[in-house]
Amino acid sequence: MMASSYNAKEEDGHHSGAPAHGGAAAAAAKSKKPDNTAFKQQRLPAWQPILTAGTVLPAFFVIGLIFIPIGIGLFVTSNNIREFEIDYTGVDVDSPCYSCARNFSWNNTAPCLCSVDFTLEQPFESNVFMYYGLSNFYQNHRRYVKSRDDSQLYGDRSALTNPSKECEPYRMSDGQAIAPCGAIANSLFNDTLELYHIDSNGTRNTIPLVKKGIAWWTDKHVKFRNPGGNNNLTAAFRGTSKPVNWRKPVYDLDPSDPDNNGFINEDFIVWMRTAALPTFRKLYRIIQKKAVTTPTLPSGRYVLNISYNYPVLSFDGRKRMILSTISWMGGKNPFLGIAYITVGSICFFLGVVLLIIHHKYDTRNNSADIPN
Amino acid sequence: MHTHRQAPFFFLSVYSCFIFASCVSAEEERRVRANDREYNEKFQYASNCIMTSKYNIITFLPVNLFEQFQEVANTYFLFLLILQLIPQISSLSWFTTIVPLALVLTITAVKDATDDYFRHKSDNQVNNRQSQVLIRGLLQNEKWMNVRVGDIIKLENNQFVAADLLLLSSSEPHGLCYIETAELDGETNMKVRQSVSVTSELGDQNNLSSFNGEVVCEPPNNKLDRFCGTLYWRDKKYTLTNQNMLLRGCVLRNTEACYGLVIFAGPDTKLMQNSGRTKFKRTSIDRLMNTLVLWIFGFLVCMGVILAIGNAVWEREVGSLFQSYLPWDPPVDNFLFNAFLSFWSYVIILNTVVPISLYVSVEVIRLGHSYFINWDQHMFCSQCNTAAEARTTTLNEELGQVEYIFSDKTGTLTQNIMSFNKCSINGQTFGKCTLKHRHRLDFTPFNPLADLDFCFYDDTLLESVKVGDLHTQEFFRLLSLCHTVMSEEKSEGELVYKAQSPDEGALVTAARNFGFVFRSRTPGTISTTEMGRPATYTLLAILDFNNIRKRMSVIVRNAEGRIRLYCKGADTVLLERLHPCNQELTNITSDHLNEYAADGLRTLALAYRDLTEDEWEAWSESHRCADKATDCREDRLAAAYEQIEQDMMLLGATAIEDKLQEGVPETIAVLSLANIKIWVLTGDKQETAVNIGYSCKMLTDDMTEVFIISGHTVQSVRQELRSVSLTGRTAACPPSSWSTFALIINGHSLAHALEADMETEFLSTACACKAVICCRVTPLQKAQVVELIKKHKKAVTLAIGDGANDVSMIKSAHIGVGISGQEGIQAVLASDYSFSQFRFLQRLLLVHGRWSYLRMCRFLCYFFYKNFAFTMVHFWFGFFCGFSAQTVYDQYFITLYNIVYTSLPVLAMGIFDQDVPDHRSLEYPKLYEPGQLNLLFNKKEFFICIAQGIYTSVVLFFVPYAVLSDASQSNGVPLADYQTFAVTTATALVIVVSVQIALDTGFWTVINHVCVWGSLGSYFTIMFALHSQSLFRIFPNQFHFVGHAQSTLLQPVVWLTIALATAICIVPVLAFRFLKLDLKPQLSDTLVRQKKRKPVGRSVGGAWRGTGSVSEGRLGARGGSRRSGYAFAHQEGFGELITSGKNMRLSSMALASFASRHSSGWIDTLRRKKHTSAHTECVLCFSGDILRNGEDVDCSKTHYELGFNGE
Repeated sequence: MMASSYNAKEEDGHHSGAPAHGGAAAAAAKSKKPDNTAFKQQRLPAWQPILTAGTVLPAFFVIGLIFIPIGIGLFVTSNNIREFEIDYTGVDVDSPCYSCARNFSWNNTAPCLCSVDFTLEQPFESNVFMYYGLSNFYQNHRRYVKSRDDSQLYGDRSALTNPSKECEPYRMSDGQAIAPCGAIANSLFNDTLELYHIDSNGTRNTIPLVKKGIAWWTDKHVKFRNPGGNNNLTAAFRGTSKPVNWRKPVYDLDPSDPDNNGFINEDFIVWMRTAALPTFRKLYRIIQKKAVTTPTLPSGRYVLNISYNYPVLSFDGRKRMILSTISWMGGKNPFLGIAYITVGSICFFLGVVLLIIHHKYDTRNNSADIPN
Repeated sequence: MHTHRQAPFFFLSVYSCFIFASCVSAEEERRVRANDREYNEKFQYASNCIMTSKYNIITFLPVNLFEQFQEVANTYFLFLLILQLIPQISSLSWFTTIVPLALVLTITAVKDATDDYFRHKSDNQVNNRQSQVLIRGLLQNEKWMNVRVGDIIKLENNQFVAADLLLLSSSEPHGLCYIETAELDGETNMKVRQSVSVTSELGDQNNLSSFNGEVVCEPPNNKLDRFCGTLYWRDKKYTLTNQNMLLRGCVLRNTEACYGLVIFAGPDTKLMQNSGRTKFKRTSIDRLMNTLVLWIFGFLVCMGVILAIGNAVWEREVGSLFQSYLPWDPPVDNFLFNAFLSFWSYVIILNTVVPISLYVSVEVIRLGHSYFINWDQHMFCSQCNTAAEARTTTLNEELGQVEYIFSDKTGTLTQNIMSFNKCSINGQTFGKCTLKHRHRLDFTPFNPLADLDFCFYDDTLLESVKVGDLHTQEFFRLLSLCHTVMSEEKSEGELVYKAQSPDEGALVTAARNFGFVFRSRTPGTISTTEMGRPATYTLLAILDFNNIRKRMSVIVRNAEGRIRLYCKGADTVLLERLHPCNQELTNITSDHLNEYAADGLRTLALAYRDLTEDEWEAWSESHRCADKATDCREDRLAAAYEQIEQDMMLLGATAIEDKLQEGVPETIAVLSLANIKIWVLTGDKQETAVNIGYSCKMLTDDMTEVFIISGHTVQSVRQELRSVSLTGRTAACPPSSWSTFALIINGHSLAHALEADMETEFLSTACACKAVICCRVTPLQKAQVVELIKKHKKAVTLAIGDGANDVSMIKSAHIGVGISGQEGIQAVLASDYSFSQFRFLQRLLLVHGRWSYLRMCRFLCYFFYKNFAFTMVHFWFGFFCGFSAQTVYDQYFITLYNIVYTSLPVLAMGIFDQDVPDHRSLEYPKLYEPGQLNLLFNKKEFFICIAQGIYTSVVLFFVPYAVLSDASQSNGVPLADYQTFAVTTATALVIVVSVQIALDTGFWTVINHVCVWGSLGSYFTIMFALHSQSLFRIFPNQFHFVGHAQSTLLQPVVWLTIALATAICIVPVLAFRFLKLDLKPQLSDTLVRQKKRKPVGRSVGGAWRGTGSVSEGRLGARGGSRRSGYAFAHQEGFGELITSGKNMRLSSMALASFASRHSSGWIDTLRRKKHTSAHTECVLCFSGDILRNGEDVDCSKTHYELGFNGE
């Protein structure tokens, strides 16, 4: 019977037949009329994505098609990686390190030695990485994680003699600041591992273990620094005390190599990078491939010589030695490949199921359209 | 004599509480002596300096912080902050809490400071206004703030009144002066004030300076219309009333100057006493949110307890043995104490489930929505140059959930613009709008003083005037004399009338155009121009209107010296007081009156009486007596008026049209299609209300029955209600949803129905009806009805009104809307939203409200989701780190996650998201229903969000756990270190929640793109910055993640992990959403999809779109054709109810009807049986009227159906 109150055309402000328009323009100066901008009128151009069969179903298939090949690739790569692991904690009575594990005492000055024999069934072709693994060791405990002083490790002189309070109770010892302070440094892993290959005629060949290049580049070159540079560490660390559990002061970690001594000792740096989980492995040594023709570690018998310094049995911990080769994606990692294959298949399967459902209800959907 | 000083103890206690407040709280009586500052200073009355600001520069920080920390959330975070300062507990750095808290406090403080700055500015401006104070006989300019109680100040024309003054004398005769009270009560008409005669004789300042009268009056209060006091002067008592007072905030008009004695100053003035803070309203989402936050706190405590128990077990079984490497902290000596500390540590790191930014974000979003309301051009009225205004910024989403609308009638549904439409003079009716004379009469050749805006179509009336018909002339003479209109003549012939009520204005304007031009008035005379000849009448008395009398009279003496009483008033009152010889004419006029009433016009009867000099003298004496009486003055005056308003001669009757507001019927139709129930609460009489109901299509012809309840006793009301519910039940038995009922209830009956024992019965009956109209209700009853629904229905109510009588209703409803129209601004001041046209309500609710609700719900869902996904990772990590409250993420990430990395995309969605465009919301009112049913955010939805968040956190923790625990970089270095794990998880989290917000965002504007991509970008940028070597070199202890961003993000395994986690998190959500959309599409989904497939033509929208030109005349002619009423002034009377014997012609409605036959829509089905069928059906029918331009109304009905068949 009359014009509706709401006129969609008005929003453009140029409706042909609107008589009030001329008058409004004249009074525009005083008019409180809101600006006719797309933003204020909520008419910003916008993209409205909608989940339709046309977009969702292909997405599922595409995800499936991408994930499954990746998963297969990862799985194959992971399977090609050689990995060998040996537990040398010495829990069982018949294990070689049993006596070392049992008789451990912090007061022992002489290291307890034990050796473990093992056999590699298959040769390790490329570079081999040697890890030590610890279990049930809570490097991720809050009090443990924060118990360090990065300023001290950065070579800050004042922090060296006056470490952060976070280091308590490993901050001061006999009135002297502990360098490096804190629970992490104090619990430095100090077993020494040596590997021998026993060739066919029974001779033990030392396998050369490279101890450099095992730490992160930024850790080695940025984060850790010796106070006063690398010359004369003994002087630099004067007035500090060694961590309680340590047998030797920090400037004696590797006296043979000034680039690997003091705070920048790579074994120390590796240890200081705390693990995320209570079971972890840390890189210990690298076995470089020597010749193209021979494998780095041929199959056969090996001996692992351990100087057993690090007690873990008291808290039911485990120590392992791991040998592993590496691919482009890192070490052996079966989970990732399987997970990718599974997720890809599920996506594909979901796509099929949704397609069936959608087709089954398609007729109904069409009838639901609003008649025009 | 009591003063506040006689209650010293009480006074002291109060004084100590309100150090800055003066002694007003204890004041029982006020004594003010004119021109005696020393005397008045004893009482320590408040000075005239007002302070609406809350702070000054020194107090701002402490006071503002104190206020802010009264909020529970802020205190909670302060508590957390204190916890974090304890080193044994602190699991997070102190800045993770203090940065967001400081940000929140700063934002609020800045807002408060800006508000207060403007208050200071306006205070200063007001306090520094100049006024002339009489000091020692001399007028001196003083600032307003230096004016004291007891001072005499001089006011000039058009000046604001500086304080509450007792009018002493004025430049006008009889001590009269005129004021405009717009700023005070919003009424724009002028009011007259008069001084007590003894003081008005004092005249100018010389006499006034020696005036030393003493006023004893009531203490300051907020009653604008009441004042009672006594003036003691020269051993005499004079009664003072509100009529002698000039209140602060008024403006002096048409008066050269006047003098007043300051009675109340500054904060004691009635204006300031009235500016109380409005009640703080909360939305249902707010309440739900608070409940949920409490639940989350409970959940937080549960998690803390679980983890603390875990910690106790771990410390006993493992931790105690692990002490060789990690000894317990010195104060800790056993595992139980350790667990206790661990509980608090977990409370700290898990507190992000209730992020501090939640409340701020909600406020920001609401503020954005409010701005959109203010900016909306479609809610701008170009005639009154008013845009809609969201006066409260915290209620927007509730606009999307309204179920009941309570509307005032006058000024809300109707325009409150009156036009003189018809009249009956001496038994002859004029103004019939027949086809013969369709064109407007042109008065200019006949009358140069005519108002050009006046419309009248019947030329016979003009002829009758021209011919010189005595009755006609007397009729218009009455209209030109008997009123209280003020005139303003800026230049010759350019007359502007200021009328107390629009009815009066219309009548005086009519008289003006028909040759009886009211020119000006003085207190004793009225000057007119009658048929071109100037005439002056001596005004002997005005017998003013009030609600009880329902009439007003003037007694004038014309140039020849004849005295005549002119009277106009409600027919029922006036016809009783006629001379018996009028019987025949009365009958005819009564018929006409009924006819007019049936046409929906407001009617008045006019009469006169000739008085002899003796009669006048006698009456004048008795009147003076009554006027001077100190007790029962009102009653005596009324009796005196009654005495002379007898034996009058009937002249005729007038009929005034009360125009409907533009678009009212359409709006009501659309709103009722949106399942909103509209109740009209009006002070009008029943017939008027019913007719308005029909004309705005609340009542329709196809209604099954319209029940009227008008019983006067409890018994009869109960009986009527019972019979209604009985009929209703039997008729509603066949499930025909279109059979509808309407209920009309009278004020009298309502009073009984609202009593506790009948309340529920009334409610159930009323709610079963499609339309409810309550007529003759008082403002209090309006509020009671709203409270009733609020109490029993748990529904969101909205009250809309424009007058002071709607304020109580507006304040008590969940949402109050004020129409900024004719009746002043009181309703607007009390309202939460204001605009100038009723029809904007549909846009406010269906577009803004709906969007607001949708956005807020989506925002909340996502917000809880993202924080649970973020926080719960710590919970899972607890099982692997010895329950030591070690965080998974870097502390900077925790600090920035909520305020930088994820805040903007969700804010952008919360502010800009749209599902269907605005015009679709109006075309399909059914889209409004999810809000009413609270479907988008409720406890169930909340748990779904939480579950999704927890699921995401599980994926985000265990996928990196599984992948990284054995993985190593390509150079052999293991990836399972804490920092890599932290960066991987955090990156995966940011990506997952970004993908999720991308899925949730339905409306990608540029801003959304910028926010989403910007947030992702900022995450990587900030991460690289925080992990950079330069920062580490400066603060090696703070940034231990040095070099991490590069080394971690270069690892393919890390990216494969992130991609895997993202896919596992998102794929189920995607599948679930697709299924929901495919199998159970909502109406909005279908509309959006539809638009995607093929743009729908305009035809659907045509139903609710006008063709541009709204013909108001036609609206009045047809739409408003069923209103009757005898109202005289715009203030509704609540006195004696008028019973009209005439039946309403309910059945003969020729209006085009809105066939709103909504069948069982899917939402209806849901409403009835929520748990049963998933296959629902929706048929939505529209029928619309389209105005084809031209004269004939084309009632074309168009039906649109949209259905979702269950199969």
